[in-house]
Amino acid sequence: MAKVIEGLFYSESHEYVRVDGEYGYVGITDYAQNALGNVVYVDMPDVDDEVQAGEEFGAVESVKAASDLISPVSGTVVEVNDALEDSPELVNQDAYANWIIKVQLSDTYETHNLMDAKAYQEFCESQH
Amino acid sequence: MNRTLYGNLIFELSKDGRRGYSLPINQFGDFELPAELRRGEDACLPECDELTVVRHYTNLSNNNFGVDTGFYPLGSCTMKYNPKINEEVAAMPQFQSIHPEQPAETTKGALALIECLEHALCQLTGLAHFTFKPYAGAHGELTGLMTIDNYHRSRGDVSRKKVIVPDSAHGTNPASAAVCGYEVVEVKSLADGTVDVDDLRRVVDEQGPEIAAMMMTNPNTLGLFEYRIPEIAEMIHGCGGLMYYDGANLNPMLGACRPGDMGFDVMHINLHKTFSTPHGGGGPGSGPVGVREGLQEFLPFVSPYNGNYAVMMKAYAYILSLGKEHIGMVGPLATLNANYVKESLKDVYELPIDSLCCHEFVFDGLKDKSTGVTTMDVAKRLLDYGYHAPTIYFPLLFHESLMIEPTENESKETLDGFVEVMRKIAEEAINDPDTVKTAPHDTPIGRVDDVLAAKHPVLTFKQLRDEQD
Amino acid sequence: MSFKYFPHTEEELQSMLEKSGVDSLDGLYAQIPESIRFKGEYDLPSERCEMEVRALFQRLADENQQLTCFAGFGAYDHYTPSVIPNLLSRSEFLTSYTPYQAEISQGTLHYIFEYQSMMAELTGMDISNASMYDGATATAEAMMMAVAAGKKVNKVLVSEGINPKTMDVVRTYALHKGIDVVAVPLKDGVTDLDAVRQNLSEGGVAGVIVQQPNVLGIIEDFSGFADACHGQKALFVVNSVAADLALLKTPAEWGADIAVGDAQSLGIPLQFGGPYLGYMCTTEKLMRKMPGRIVGMTRDNRGQRAFVLTLQAREQHIRRQKATSNICSNQSLMALFVTVYLSLMGKEGLKEAANLSYAGAHYLCQRLTETGRFRLAFDKPFFNEFFVRYDGDADALYQRFIDAGMLGGVRYEDGFIFAVTEKRTKQEIDNLVKIAAL
Repeated sequence: MAKVIEGLFYSESHEYVRVDGEYGYVGITDYAQNALGNVVYVDMPDVDDEVQAGEEFGAVESVKAASDLISPVSGTVVEVNDALEDSPELVNQDAYANWIIKVQLSDTYETHNLMDAKAYQEFCESQH
Repeated sequence: MNRTLYGNLIFELSKDGRRGYSLPINQFGDFELPAELRRGEDACLPECDELTVVRHYTNLSNNNFGVDTGFYPLGSCTMKYNPKINEEVAAMPQFQSIHPEQPAETTKGALALIECLEHALCQLTGLAHFTFKPYAGAHGELTGLMTIDNYHRSRGDVSRKKVIVPDSAHGTNPASAAVCGYEVVEVKSLADGTVDVDDLRRVVDEQGPEIAAMMMTNPNTLGLFEYRIPEIAEMIHGCGGLMYYDGANLNPMLGACRPGDMGFDVMHINLHKTFSTPHGGGGPGSGPVGVREGLQEFLPFVSPYNGNYAVMMKAYAYILSLGKEHIGMVGPLATLNANYVKESLKDVYELPIDSLCCHEFVFDGLKDKSTGVTTMDVAKRLLDYGYHAPTIYFPLLFHESLMIEPTENESKETLDGFVEVMRKIAEEAINDPDTVKTAPHDTPIGRVDDVLAAKHPVLTFKQLRDEQD
Repeated sequence: MSFKYFPHTEEELQSMLEKSGVDSLDGLYAQIPESIRFKGEYDLPSERCEMEVRALFQRLADENQQLTCFAGFGAYDHYTPSVIPNLLSRSEFLTSYTPYQAEISQGTLHYIFEYQSMMAELTGMDISNASMYDGATATAEAMMMAVAAGKKVNKVLVSEGINPKTMDVVRTYALHKGIDVVAVPLKDGVTDLDAVRQNLSEGGVAGVIVQQPNVLGIIEDFSGFADACHGQKALFVVNSVAADLALLKTPAEWGADIAVGDAQSLGIPLQFGGPYLGYMCTTEKLMRKMPGRIVGMTRDNRGQRAFVLTLQAREQHIRRQKATSNICSNQSLMALFVTVYLSLMGKEGLKEAANLSYAGAHYLCQRLTETGRFRLAFDKPFFNEFFVRYDGDADALYQRFIDAGMLGGVRYEDGFIFAVTEKRTKQEIDNLVKIAAL
């Protein structure tokens, strides 16, 4: 059973955002990393790039699959998780601890369009 | 094939001062490239004597499997025999030495051959004209879609930016559409594996004026003939779109049905499939594109000259060898071979769609799933028994797809031998699953670490050496 | 019905039909609607026995005129060591499939790794893919790669120094993909850096594409190009004639982000235009944006060094419509060709062949200008190809060359573009000059 954490917001494309004040930490969910298998590369944007909710900002690759990263929120990338460059497997080890980008949110209200933990849990179960 | 690994790289055999070439001496006097235009360091290339080079590549070849080595049940790839006479004629020096900028009056024979080949392909497909510029099947797809795009543009019909592709299509179809600037609209397959015509009608009703084309292969990637093709073509033509035929599965149609008669307007042919030119480990291919009368003026300029001319020569030699007497037997015999294998194995392998197939069919893994033996394991175990693996995990419609295509060249004995081994593996899966799950055992190398390769890419000898240091 | 490529005996046919649950071959096609079944006879020649096939091809061969080649324009008549066709005809290479099954394809994977290593050395770049169709399409792929690697940019500057046929292919791809191609004119025979700078400053440029030597054979000086590109976040793409890189400053030394071109010049026969071999090399940074197959090193479960297709998540069979390129084959056998060529020639042989070509071309140029009827169009360095203007009826002279059994270069404007390789002897060159001087 894929891990889902209370207090985060989730998208149907299996990204999460952890909101901390005006910032949001965006990554892929445990369900997504599990579906993908061994992650071998994370294609990340540059700092200062703009991201838009619902738009692609990078990709996660395993040996036999590639999945676009769709941002659940809008804003400016203020940090990317450099550790993933050398150790993409961190995403498999703990998808929630290893966020991919930190975004300065342009609209904190946007999270209302996302699912909470309970809704996401149900959504994952309906995917089988 | 040699079962032990010959592991050397040519760089590891190099010794400074050895040479594997001989060239004429300079009779032109002192002309030298000025120093400021020269590269700083020489390219670090191997230095080997001729015999070392010959043995090295001969040894490498012994770690390779080819059609001449054994049977390829490789679905959607049509690994047929590559006749030797084709190679012989394609190597004739009076063809090999022609410069592509030579004036036409000095290349009459070479040009006549193109004309003959075009005529033959038109006959076999029911289309009116062919271009030979595309270098491979995927290049042909792109060329065909560009033709369609040019056609719509010429009519000022610029809102057609969508291409319909069935969900069972080859991956190149959507990729080619995207490279041509199109948006891909996927239509579903029915439980019987054919296109869901109702879903298609919904798409056409909703987006008709935006549809540039529909791409299909027929028979489809499940080896099933899309029997509602006349209706599909009518629907697409009705909304102003054109029909594109992916010729990857043309082989079983020789002698049976022509894409032009099915209602297709544009198609490509993979000469390296249907017309017996060798795959060469992944190319060179050739992907001529055929069009209906009236569309030839829209063919694009996708390569400088005559495409992969030497490959075309081989295809024509094949057509001549078969002649009108035998070419029509290609499809029926390939189809017979596929059905024979399917019927001989369907009690132990899961056959999701149990009907007559064309050149290929798809199993959804072993019937008995309790052993945990996957399609990958079966494929790898086949290597131990001296067969190439089937196409696996494609099409994406089933979890454990295992796609088998025996061509018309394979004898009953070969097929029986393959069936016997497939059944044996099914038994092993029950009695000795570990042997299957850890296969292959009897090949030059075992299963490779794909994750390591992708995570820490080592792509050149220089990087490899740096890694070792 | 018996035929050499069909093993089925009458008896086997019957038993196989029975197993398949049909009573005739026709019955296998029950799903095909009657209205579209092909029932006629193909209008094709009758079957030819092997002797007849050979004779027919020989007859066609004899209709082609054998000419001593002084033409280039992207396709060069270099020498092919006899080892190469011999090794290439080994059926384990020739008749093998794409090396997806690494366990039984180490031969192919090995030589592709060697090929990638050699092309990276030759261009000076970090990495290479497993090869592409030809130089023109590789250039178009480089254009698409530059656009995909950039951010919301879709303009590409292309020097008019690239071969016009390459330009046409690039424009074809661009038209459909919606990429804006801006041609940068030549000034005194070389790409105008000021014009490049001017266009770059307008913004929105994904890449700048140049050719070395350019279409007129001139060795261009690309100093300042890479900086100008990188200052505007555009990629610098250099298309080079592979063989000339034995001596010439490399794309990497010019600061290129992508090196592409045709490797036909590494001994591949002219064969009326194909198969040739496109190459593409790039930096580590752009590795995952590069189209085409790539082979990498890994280990197998027995601990042996092994090679495998890698970074496949970029490719069409996984990405489908999201892939940057639809390419799914390489020109594998031609990559083997070039790998064996470079193994035989080594670094010394490659330089020697290049030096001979250089010397032969300069000798020819000197002799032609000495006649007083020819003059080098631009006073610029060239390698083994050059553009001379002719004081006289160039078309008539071109025909005189043909009549004398020579392909006297490529007709261009009021003159000729001649190319010389190590295959041309002094006598052949002197003969050409003799006719030219008439």
